[in-house]
Amino acid sequence: MELLVASAVGVLTAAGVYLVLRLRTFPVIIGTSLLSYAVNIFLFATGRLAVNQAPILRDGVETYTDPLPQALVLTAIVISFGMTAVVVMIALGSYLSANDDHVNQREEGQPDSGRVDEPDAPRPGDGATREALQ
Amino acid sequence: MTHWLITPIVIPAVLAALIVLAARFHLRLQRVFSLTGSLLVLAIAAGLFWQASDGTILLYQLGDWQAPFGIVLVGDRLSTLMILLAALIAPLILLYAIGSGWDTRGRHFHALFQFQMMGIMGAFLTGDAFNLFVFFEVLLIASYGLMLHSGGTARYRAGLQYMLYNLLGSTLFLFALGTLYAETGTLNMADLAVRLSTPGIEHTAGLRVASVLLLMVFAVKAALLPLHFWLPSSYAEAPGPVAALFAVMTKIGAYGIIRFYTLVFPPDLTVTQGLFDTWLLPAALMTLALGMIGVLGTRRLDRTVAFAVIGSMGMLLASVAVFTPEGIAAALYYAVHSTFATAALFLIVDVVRDRRGAHAAKLEAAPTFPGGALVAGLFFVSAIAMTGLPPLSGFLGKLMILEAATAGPLVWWVWGVVLTSSLLAVVGFSRAGSTVFWKSHQVDEAHASTVEDPEDQQGADEPHDPPAHEPALPMVAIGGFIALLVAMTVLAGPLTRYLNATTAQLFDPAPYIATVLETPGKKIEYHGDGHGQDDAHDDAHVTAEDAATKTQKESH
Repeated sequence: MELLVASAVGVLTAAGVYLVLRLRTFPVIIGTSLLSYAVNIFLFATGRLAVNQAPILRDGVETYTDPLPQALVLTAIVISFGMTAVVVMIALGSYLSANDDHVNQREEGQPDSGRVDEPDAPRPGDGATREALQ
Repeated sequence: MTHWLITPIVIPAVLAALIVLAARFHLRLQRVFSLTGSLLVLAIAAGLFWQASDGTILLYQLGDWQAPFGIVLVGDRLSTLMILLAALIAPLILLYAIGSGWDTRGRHFHALFQFQMMGIMGAFLTGDAFNLFVFFEVLLIASYGLMLHSGGTARYRAGLQYMLYNLLGSTLFLFALGTLYAETGTLNMADLAVRLSTPGIEHTAGLRVASVLLLMVFAVKAALLPLHFWLPSSYAEAPGPVAALFAVMTKIGAYGIIRFYTLVFPPDLTVTQGLFDTWLLPAALMTLALGMIGVLGTRRLDRTVAFAVIGSMGMLLASVAVFTPEGIAAALYYAVHSTFATAALFLIVDVVRDRRGAHAAKLEAAPTFPGGALVAGLFFVSAIAMTGLPPLSGFLGKLMILEAATAGPLVWWVWGVVLTSSLLAVVGFSRAGSTVFWKSHQVDEAHASTVEDPEDQQGADEPHDPPAHEPALPMVAIGGFIALLVAMTVLAGPLTRYLNATTAQLFDPAPYIATVLETPGKKIEYHGDGHGQDDAHDDAHVTAEDAATKTQKESH
C-alpha cells in the first residue's frame, strides 16, 4: 500500500514535471494535470494510510482514518478541475488568436518582446476566439 | 459574536454573483453595484482597522466551530491594515476603469473585479492555512479573467504563461500544506504555532521541507528572483486598471511570508535556521538589483513599471529578511507606499498607451498628445515616489529600510544594493519620462517643418483621433493615488507608530494564539517572549486539557 501510493506520487510528479517543461501548450497542460493528481494522492496520504477504517470517531472504535485530508483532497480536486478547464480555454484562445501554441515568448525578428502591434486591433482569429470562449 | 469581520468577503462575493446574474446586460447598474460595494467595503475595512488599532484581535468563527476544528477569520493589526489597503485602492481603480471605458471593452469586468476583491480580502483575513490556499485560488481565477479582459494576441500569450506559472505555484502550495499537515496534524495557523513551539516536538526534515516549500510559494507570489518570470509580461500586458489592482497581489506574497514566519515558523526554530539570512536576504537583494536593471533596460513604458514592481518587492523582502521588528515595520510602510505608487504608475501608463495611438507604450519619441502636460506631471510625481526620491513616501520608506538593515547581516551589501539600484531606477525612470514626454515636443517641431510639404503627413506618426473631451475620472483616480502617497508622507509619524505597534503584535503571538484557540474550559499556554534574533527557543507548552482534546489526532 505504502509503496503503491508513494510510487504513484513519485511517478506522476516526475512525469508532470517533465511534461511541464515542454514547449507547447498541450503537453504542459497534461503535465499540470498529472501534477495535480500527484498532489491529490499526496494530500490523501498525509492523514496516514489506514485501510478499511471508519473516518469518524465512534465509541469502541480503536483505530480510524483521518477524515480531514479527504475533505482537503475534495477541495483540491474541485479547484484543480476548474483551473484545468480555464487553462484549456485560455490556451485555446491563445492558439486561435496567434495561430501558434508555443508557451514561450517568441522574440525572433523583433527587438521588442511581446506586442506585435496594437493590442485592440481586430485580427483574423479574434472572432473565432470570442466564439470559443463563450 | 459580531459578523463584521466576514463582511469584506461576503459583500464582494454576493455582489459579484448579483452582477453576473441579475445585471449582466446593464452596464450602468454593474457600475453602480460595483462602486457602492467597494465603498461599503472601504467603510467596513476602516471600521475594522479602527477596532483593531488598540491591539484587539478580532475573531470570527465560521459556523461557530471552535478554532482547530473550524475555519476562523482573524483580524489583527496586520490583517486589518492589509484589508484597508486593498479596500482603499479598489474604488479608485474602479473609478479609473469606468472613466476610461475599460469595463466596456469586454464582459464581466465588474463581476471578476468583485471576485478578485473577495479573494484578496479572504487571503488577508483567514487564520487557516488551507483556507488561505482556497482564497489564493479565488483571487487567482478571477485574476486570470481580468488579465485577459478585452483579449488580444499578446495578452492571451502573457495570460497563458501567467496562469501556467500560478498553477504550478498552487500545486507547490498544496504539497507544502500536505507536508505541514502530515507533520503536525493541523492547518490552523495558531494551532500550528503552538505545536511547533512545543519543546518536545521533533523538528524533522519534513517540517523543514514544509517551511521552505511555503517560502517558495509566497516567493512565487511576491516575484522573488528565481521565481519572478511570470511578472513582467503579465503586468505589462494586463489592462491598466487590472495591473493596478495586481499591485496588491504581490503584497499578498509578502503578507504570507510575514504572517507565517512570525507566527508559525519564527526564525529561532531549528527548522528555519538560515532560511532568512542565507537564502531570503541575498535573493531579495538580487531581485532588487534585477528589477532596477530591468527598469534601465526595457524598451516599453509598461515593462519599466513592471520591473520597478519587481525591484520594489526586492526592497520590501530585503527588509523582511532582516527579521527585526524595525525591519518588518519598514517593510510594511514600504509595502503600502509601493502599492499606491505602482497602481498610480500603471494607470498613468495606461493613459499614455491609450493616447499615443500606434506608439502605445514604446519608449520612443512620438508627437505630443492632448492632456500630455498633466499626464507628464503625474508621471513625474509617481516616478519620484516609486524611485524613492525625497520628498515623497518612497524616500522615507527606503530610509527606514536602510536604518533597519543595520541590525541584520550583510549590512554593507544591503546599503550598497539599495543605493545603487535606486540610482539605476532614477536613471531608468528619467530616461523613460524624458523620451515619452519631452522628446515629443521635438517630434512636433520636426513635424511642423515637414508639414509645409504639399504631401499630407497625417500618417502613422499621428496619434489616433483624440477623444472629443478628456474624461476627468481617470485623472481623478490617478490624483487619488498621489493624494494617498502625499498623505502617507505627511502622516508618516503616526503611521510609523502604528506599524511599530503592528510588528510588536506580530512578534508577540501569544495573544493571537490565545484569542484563536482559547475557549471556556480550555486554556492555551504559549510561553514566548517574542521571537528576537538571539532569543532562546520558546518554551511553550500545552496544558493537559488542551492535549486531551488533541490526542484524537494522534491516536490513529
